Amino acid sequence: MLISTVFVVGSLAFILVVIFLKGFPALSLNMLIQTPRGGYYLGKEGGILNAILGSLVLGLGATLLALLISLPIVFYLNIYLAKSSKFAQLIRFFFDVLWGIPSIVYGAFGFTIMVFFGLRASLLAGTVTVALFILPIMSRAMDEVLKMVPFELKETSYALGSTRLETALKVILRQALPGILTAILVAFGRGISDAASVLFTASFTDSLPSSPFKPVATLPLAIFFQLATPFPEVQQRGYASAVVLTVIVLVISVVSRITSKRFTKHVVK
Amino acid sequence: MKLRRLKDAIGSKVMFLFSTFILGLAFIMAFGLYYRSRPILAIRPLTTLLFSHIWHPTQGEFGLASFIAGTLWVTVIAMIIAVPLSILTAVYLSEYAHRRIREFLKPVIDLLAGISPVIYGVWGMIAIVPLVRDYLMPLLNERFPFFPFRSDNYTGYSVLTGGIVLAVMVFPIIISIVEEVMRTVPFEVREASQALGATKWQTVKHTVLKKALPGIIAGVILGLSRAFGETMAVLMVAGCDLHGFPKSIFDTAYPLPALIANTYGEMMSIPLYDAAVLLAAFILLVVTASFNMLAWGILLRIEQKGM
Repeated sequence: MLISTVFVVGSLAFILVVIFLKGFPALSLNMLIQTPRGGYYLGKEGGILNAILGSLVLGLGATLLALLISLPIVFYLNIYLAKSSKFAQLIRFFFDVLWGIPSIVYGAFGFTIMVFFGLRASLLAGTVTVALFILPIMSRAMDEVLKMVPFELKETSYALGSTRLETALKVILRQALPGILTAILVAFGRGISDAASVLFTASFTDSLPSSPFKPVATLPLAIFFQLATPFPEVQQRGYASAVVLTVIVLVISVVSRITSKRFTKHVVK
Repeated sequence: MKLRRLKDAIGSKVMFLFSTFILGLAFIMAFGLYYRSRPILAIRPLTTLLFSHIWHPTQGEFGLASFIAGTLWVTVIAMIIAVPLSILTAVYLSEYAHRRIREFLKPVIDLLAGISPVIYGVWGMIAIVPLVRDYLMPLLNERFPFFPFRSDNYTGYSVLTGGIVLAVMVFPIIISIVEEVMRTVPFEVREASQALGATKWQTVKHTVLKKALPGIIAGVILGLSRAFGETMAVLMVAGCDLHGFPKSIFDTAYPLPALIANTYGEMMSIPLYDAAVLLAAFILLVVTASFNMLAWGILLRIEQKGM
């Protein structure tokens, strides 16, 4: 048992060591602050700024959109509906099932929506698709947090004459804030690291994100395309890009641990 | 006063609408994909599409069988590796590990779930492909030149490579579910067993694991469904060329999700191609959704009934 635990944890270490060893030597400042020039994928000058910025813009947009949808839902589940409500159970069940649907299916679905509305692959389409993909991830995490909020807090607030909406926004939200921030960060991390959902919907481009109706580059796809070329120089840059993405994901994960401990100013113990 | 009540009532309605959106989303997804794949279902019966292995988009032949076989191969390999390791790790975490060790290891294992699928692909290409090509393949292919080791694909991009990478990807899912279920087994059950003279391992084996069995099955199903639908990592390491059915763990595989991802760009230029690809997505949706319903159904029952 100890051996299998070591094996599992070791595989994480193995992944990180391999990515860093292979990618660090190829990483340079120019890669981070330049966009691909002509012939970048043949080994010429340039960097992956387009993909880094594209991923961040798309990830932020998708996280915001998902937050706007999931926050009302989890409030509804936890404050308006009773614990034993069949409807709440049904919604939670659907979240669980949606959580398990692979991102490529979201990508294909986003594509059908795009075709339906006559849109082209664009930042907008990519953002909506990724938002749908991270929606169940974010909502389930937030739901767990709101379930933990002590029951008495809600009753105290009602006893003082507040409505359910006021209780939700002014009492429960503050109490659950650290957990909600963690949920948002987790969803953001999943959003920027997924490639299959943006393949059809956001496409790829060599220029910086400029308009919601134009294609946008994303980091995972940049890695994928660079590794798909037969040129060793370009593949080296793919490894370096992998380091960038891994670092971003690790930073998000560390920050989310910190936020769950900080931002507790308004939390009633 | 009335305004506040009004706000509350409006808030309630709006939130209710958002919640029904979630119910709608699942059905809209299924319907959207089905609707777009209808053109191909209209001219070919579903059974032909599922069981024919002839894939010639330009000639209008869209048999998905070899892709489905590819998916099954990598998924089975991944589960053979992941299930025992994950369950043993979960047992260690829940029964044996000190509280501090558990609290340190759980976030570390969760980190595995947060790593990008593309990063898994890169790792697979750098580390696992050479491992399979230079060590496992020569060893097993020469020593055991029969099914399922016999192969003449010496690239290292293979079913086994895809399976290994997928196994690591599903570790965190199975471990977290199984560990959680095992920890809901009441403390008294363990005490009773040990009071009867059972050793710790006997207790775990005969009482805890037995009680947690439905939950373990649910965890395994969830891992299975994740492996089934994983796209980018498999696309990068499994070879993905058209050789018909894989006949060995060292043959290349071309799983269904990889097919969907790879046809990006070309699918609008050939008639019916997009319908066939979206049919593949629809199949994936139906399969993963049913796996998930089954697993969450089991977990829901455990939660309601208790152990």
